[in-house]
Amino acid sequence: MSGQPASTDAKTPIRAIPVRHWGQQISGVIVVAVLVALLYAVATNDNLDWSVVGENLFGPTILSGLWVTISLTVLSMIIGVVLGVAVAVMRLSPNRVLNSVAGGYIWAFRGTPVLVQLLLWFNLALFFPRLGMGELSLDTNTVITAFVAALLGLGLNEGAYMAEIVRGGILSVDHGQSEAAMALGMRRRSTMFKIVLPQAMRVIIPPMGNELITMLKMTSLVTVIAAPDLLNRAQTISARNFYIFELLIVASIWYLVLTTISTLIQMQLEKRFARGVAGAAPRRQRVLRNLTPGRVTSPAAAPGAQPVGTKGGAAS
Amino acid sequence: MTTAMVTAENVHKSFGHVEVLKGIDLEVRTGQVFCLLGPSGSGKSTLLRCINHLERIDAGRLSVDGQLVGYQERAGKLYELNENQVADQRRDIGMVFQRFNLFAHMTALQNVMLAPVDVLREQKKDSRERAMQLLERVGLADQAHKFPSQLSGGQQQRVAIARALAMKPKLMLFDEPTSALDPELVGEVLDVMRDLADSGMTMIVVTHEVGFAREVGDHLVFMDAGVVVEQGAPRDVLGNPQHRRTQAFLSKVL
Repeated sequence: MSGQPASTDAKTPIRAIPVRHWGQQISGVIVVAVLVALLYAVATNDNLDWSVVGENLFGPTILSGLWVTISLTVLSMIIGVVLGVAVAVMRLSPNRVLNSVAGGYIWAFRGTPVLVQLLLWFNLALFFPRLGMGELSLDTNTVITAFVAALLGLGLNEGAYMAEIVRGGILSVDHGQSEAAMALGMRRRSTMFKIVLPQAMRVIIPPMGNELITMLKMTSLVTVIAAPDLLNRAQTISARNFYIFELLIVASIWYLVLTTISTLIQMQLEKRFARGVAGAAPRRQRVLRNLTPGRVTSPAAAPGAQPVGTKGGAAS
Repeated sequence: MTTAMVTAENVHKSFGHVEVLKGIDLEVRTGQVFCLLGPSGSGKSTLLRCINHLERIDAGRLSVDGQLVGYQERAGKLYELNENQVADQRRDIGMVFQRFNLFAHMTALQNVMLAPVDVLREQKKDSRERAMQLLERVGLADQAHKFPSQLSGGQQQRVAIARALAMKPKLMLFDEPTSALDPELVGEVLDVMRDLADSGMTMIVVTHEVGFAREVGDHLVFMDAGVVVEQGAPRDVLGNPQHRRTQAFLSKVL
């Protein structure tokens, strides 16, 4: 460590008056004051009937909408992740056809708004009145319900974004890893699923967590195709009782609860996939450290701040 | 009379417009410790990577244990092997890399166990047992449950050797196995390699460790600019180099 000018005896701790950050303290006081005023205004506003919020928060209609939102999110994410991995692998394949098809898919589904995609799926019957062939065909409108249209719209859109995230993750893994696997006689599929993807996960998980949270909120778009999600249910109630703002708050509270839970899940996953990486502090520690005022940024004080040694560097 | 493990006949390899191997003829005999020496860019690593088909040769013939690398000859015609056939050919050729390339998300033990289970379809239990024996052989049984990032460079390289040995290879390729190591960690890796040589393993070693080549090597090849400049018994090549290029190189290394 650096020299200590105030003392010749290295073991005596430094006694010094810390630097006062007057600007930070004044702005802090102002911000807190504004926040308190805002909270007071919200809590005491006569135009907002908190009892309506309380009554509806656990009402059966809202809970059924909540369930639809959760299942839409989970199912669309599963579709998105599976598709994303497949498309990313295709995109990196030496096969030109697979490569171009994957590129075209990403281009089309990232290039159009998800709202438009949802409407397209919902109105598929205008384009294909029946699905299937001959005797084995079904009326499109019985197959593509609002829920199925929502799932297709959200899932396929997510797949395009996940594909790029997964591709980035795969490319982040040192080429020496797959070379070592090949040298052992491992086949391409094993190399991808046992060596490359598990290590790519460390890079994939944080943006995937963001995608999950985005997806939770994006499900509210399915209101336009009358899928009975959380927002749709809240609006159905407010259409009857005219407590518009109260029910939007009910929906917001539930969205916040869901996003908080998914953030916690993300932290756990990050911890799980940081295995074998030197100095990767769990995210919670990183977050806490970043929130601590006057945090020290020297590498010695922050064990997670060291460069991550994934490429086989010696860490003795 | 020993048989040939690796034969190279007039092997050529280019990267774009740069010709890296300009007609290599070599023969590695079974049980031999075959050392490749030469300056950076002389093509020695490329030659090594051609032997297990990590690089494809452009011209000439290269065979391991009597089998062409990457091709099959039927009725006088060459047929390219598909990906899986190439993978199968690599099973019994072990390779150790300069940068170790241990699988970073697995413990030392898992690194050693993986390929026998995945490629040879061994039972996990048997594979674990053998992996532990191999780790013991390289002196790392007590580090079996550590991740590569928790091991020193020398320890990582010894795990990498154990990992390659787990496939019971008939040939081991070493691509500058000690070049990325701190000087004081080089010895432990060379010791393991020496033991391996004593056990009769056929080894091709690309190295800058002249001492190792002299003591352990059976045959030494000096390469420069894509050609074999000089070869023979290590003692002769190192002690009494005939070619000026070899003399110049050795005067700097020794």
